[in-house]
Amino acid sequence: MSQSEESVASRPEGRDAAVRMRRITKSFDGVRVLTDVDFEVLHGEVHALAGGNGAGKSTLMKILQGVYSLDAGEIEIDGRPVQLGSIQDARAAGIGMVFQEFSLVPTLTVAQNISLGVEPLSRGGLIRDREAVRRAREVFAEMEVEVDPRAKVGDLGTAYWQLTEIAKALSQDARVLIMDEPTASLAKHEADALFELVGRLTRRGISVIYISHRMDEVYRIADRITILRDGRRLLTEALADVTPAQIVEGIVGKEIEGQMSYQQRPARDGAAEPVLELQDVTAGPRVRGVSFSVGRGEIVGLAGLMGSGRTELARVLFGIDPLGSGSIRLRGQELRLSGPQDAMAAGIALIPEDRRAQGLVLEHSVRENLTLPLLGRMRRGPLLDDRKGRSLARDLIERFSIKVADPDRPVRRLSGGNQQKVVIAKWLGTEPAVLVMDEPTAGVDIGTKSEILATIRSLADEGMAVLVISSEYPELLAVSDRVVVLREGAVHRQLDRADIPDENHLQLAVQGA
Amino acid sequence: MSTTMGPDASTDASAAAPASRSPLGRVDWRRYIIYIGFVVVFVAFAVTLGDQGFLSTNNLLNIFRQAATISIIAVGVTFVISCAEIDLSVGSVAGLSSVCTAMAVSQWGVLAGVAAGLGVGLVVGSINGSLVSLLNIPSFLVTLGMLGIAVGVAQWITDSAPQPIRNDTYNLVFGGGNFGPVPGLLVWMGLFVAVGAVVLAKTRFGRQVLATGGNRVAAEFSGVRTRRIKFQVMLVSAVVASVAGMLYAGRLESGRFQWGSGDELSAIAAVILGGTSLFGGYGTVVGTLFGSLLISLINNGLILAGLDTSQQQVVRGAIIILAVALARRK
Ligand SMILES: Nc1ncnc2c1ncn2[C@@H]1O[C@H](COP(=O)(O)OP(=O)(O)OP(=O)(O)O)[C@@H](O)[C@H]1O
Ligand SMILES: [Mg+2]
Repeated sequence: MSQSEESVASRPEGRDAAVRMRRITKSFDGVRVLTDVDFEVLHGEVHALAGGNGAGKSTLMKILQGVYSLDAGEIEIDGRPVQLGSIQDARAAGIGMVFQEFSLVPTLTVAQNISLGVEPLSRGGLIRDREAVRRAREVFAEMEVEVDPRAKVGDLGTAYWQLTEIAKALSQDARVLIMDEPTASLAKHEADALFELVGRLTRRGISVIYISHRMDEVYRIADRITILRDGRRLLTEALADVTPAQIVEGIVGKEIEGQMSYQQRPARDGAAEPVLELQDVTAGPRVRGVSFSVGRGEIVGLAGLMGSGRTELARVLFGIDPLGSGSIRLRGQELRLSGPQDAMAAGIALIPEDRRAQGLVLEHSVRENLTLPLLGRMRRGPLLDDRKGRSLARDLIERFSIKVADPDRPVRRLSGGNQQKVVIAKWLGTEPAVLVMDEPTAGVDIGTKSEILATIRSLADEGMAVLVISSEYPELLAVSDRVVVLREGAVHRQLDRADIPDENHLQLAVQGA
Repeated sequence: MSTTMGPDASTDASAAAPASRSPLGRVDWRRYIIYIGFVVVFVAFAVTLGDQGFLSTNNLLNIFRQAATISIIAVGVTFVISCAEIDLSVGSVAGLSSVCTAMAVSQWGVLAGVAAGLGVGLVVGSINGSLVSLLNIPSFLVTLGMLGIAVGVAQWITDSAPQPIRNDTYNLVFGGGNFGPVPGLLVWMGLFVAVGAVVLAKTRFGRQVLATGGNRVAAEFSGVRTRRIKFQVMLVSAVVASVAGMLYAGRLESGRFQWGSGDELSAIAAVILGGTSLFGGYGTVVGTLFGSLLISLINNGLILAGLDTSQQQVVRGAIIILAVALARRK
């Protein structure tokens, strides 16, 4: 088979495979998700796994973790064939996972999470919590990071969740770590620290499988890359031998030009006509006197470190958190928002940060999710007109090219990127005057990302005022006409797009002393 | 907290944990609200009701005695609620167990009575647990149904008649007598609270209960068999309730289907007052003990104050809502 020959050819000499998956095939309810996929990771290698939303990356990894069974194919670990019938099997075989979605128990402490299921016991069968804390300290020391093992996980930021998970995997002697979009919710410097940690781990012979939609990261840390498209393996190459353009084309299936670079939009009358004006907006401990405005047809990027108050500001604008003092004006009229209903009625929409927790009712169908903010438009007398809802949903699915077999299937079944499209589509259905987006492209593939950015541009062209919060500098630079930098809850700087020559400049403005 | 990731992370580390959620500097007094509440109410009653004999040894013992069965039931319910489930059938299980125990004691003696009582708990608990964990029926519905079934069976097999127990050994051991100077009921209460507290906080089973309640998927992914845990908490809760029923039978020297009726609500109130999270993931058995003591304390004080039953109910309800509102997180 030509595919496996190719993968052998690209393998560096003299290193053995830690994991070898052969001809993996998997279907869900009769729908083929993976077809004859070969995948191999060497000892001490960082192997990137790339592909569009729904290409099957997470499914392949869940098979390796024993979460899903495989329909056909075989798996070898350290040269020995294995049957991974359960999560426990995979863990015993040395497979560790760093999943963000569902990995830790927020009500337990870091040490308790790390030792969950393998708690050190005294002779009487009681848990020795102090010993667990000591072991956790040991692992963190080995990782050369500082985390308090007694802190409750729910009180910590996402970066620490991740470190905790890595520590948990390592403390159980994982030899292969799977990281599925680990930087999706990390700030830049946190991501940098993670990459350094990955470097230290691989030098000790631990292998890392790295799933990410961010090209720069893949180039930075991975040795080889495997690209999946529609559930088939497209190629496996050393990164030194492929160009970013080739990878993007491999993932998307076509070339995308210029979407990720800033496009000067036709002269706007925007600045002259402010739609949203913030004056000394103060709320809670995190938002302290923010003033700026967004004009008609203008896209303003909101930059800042984690904890700089960006998300909190968005929550105030959408009426979730109460305004302490200051004023919010929409087209010159002062807003009194006592809840999201008021914000929606005024014409403000928020695309929230955490789609699974805030954006979607996961168990409900795609159609129900899409029409939830539009129920007012579906009324017929006291009843809901389902036929109207169906056609509204169909329009949105088409307009945003959401990949969905059946709008009546639960949204939970969609891949991450398509879920995000549903969230965006859902809010744009309300045709707001002001659109606030918090990390709108988290977890979406490059093709979709450029589509979302194009959507943002065209919405602004139609006159919408758009506020984009993002931790990804290339993305901010690609769409923003102006960038507002928040620091410690206040506006630190405002930069015209024309005054930002490159990413480093923006990063300095955000982080610089 | 000394949490830094890399050289340049320190600038942001303090900002990374939201201010409202970093309690290390300040004490999270909400967690102790039950103890504060208990002391405040106790002092208030001591000052205002001192003349009516509130502080007499007898009255204080009474407060404990009245809290005993509820707190035993509530220990089991603490496990259920920590696991993000609920058990509404505990009160009627206690009733059914009191009836079966009484009938078996009269027929075959003490050991048979104990076996019959525990048998009720094992059977009901296994049914509840299987329906919840194997068939994925919400525990609220399962135990709501079981509440009716258990009362119905207890009424049916006794023709609604009380079942007297004339066996002194039984009555003495199960709540009627004293162990040395200490009322037996209090010894039972102490035993259940102590074992429950250790099991929940210090054993692997307890940890897995909290993990399952805190994030079921995460627990599953960490190798916890969450179905089995859910089954076990439902079983524990029913068995503990059946022991409470046996204590009712011993103290009141009879089995009756009415014993324990309504106890599920007092027990749930005690658990939540004690600080266990209604959404699972966090639980404390000692808190539960003080929750039931507080309820008993309030009942006692209101009676001494001369309020009639209707007024008592209103005041008690208001105090519970107030306490839970104060203890509410975030
Ligand atoms: N449990 C499931 N039941 C049914 N279909 C599923 C299930 N899990 C995944 N799928 C489908 O399998 C396909 C592959 O999904 P998968 O999550 O592996 O994609 P992915 O490559 O990880 O995408 P993303 O980059 O968006 O995370 C998708 O079409 C998805 O809808
Ligand atoms: Mg995925």
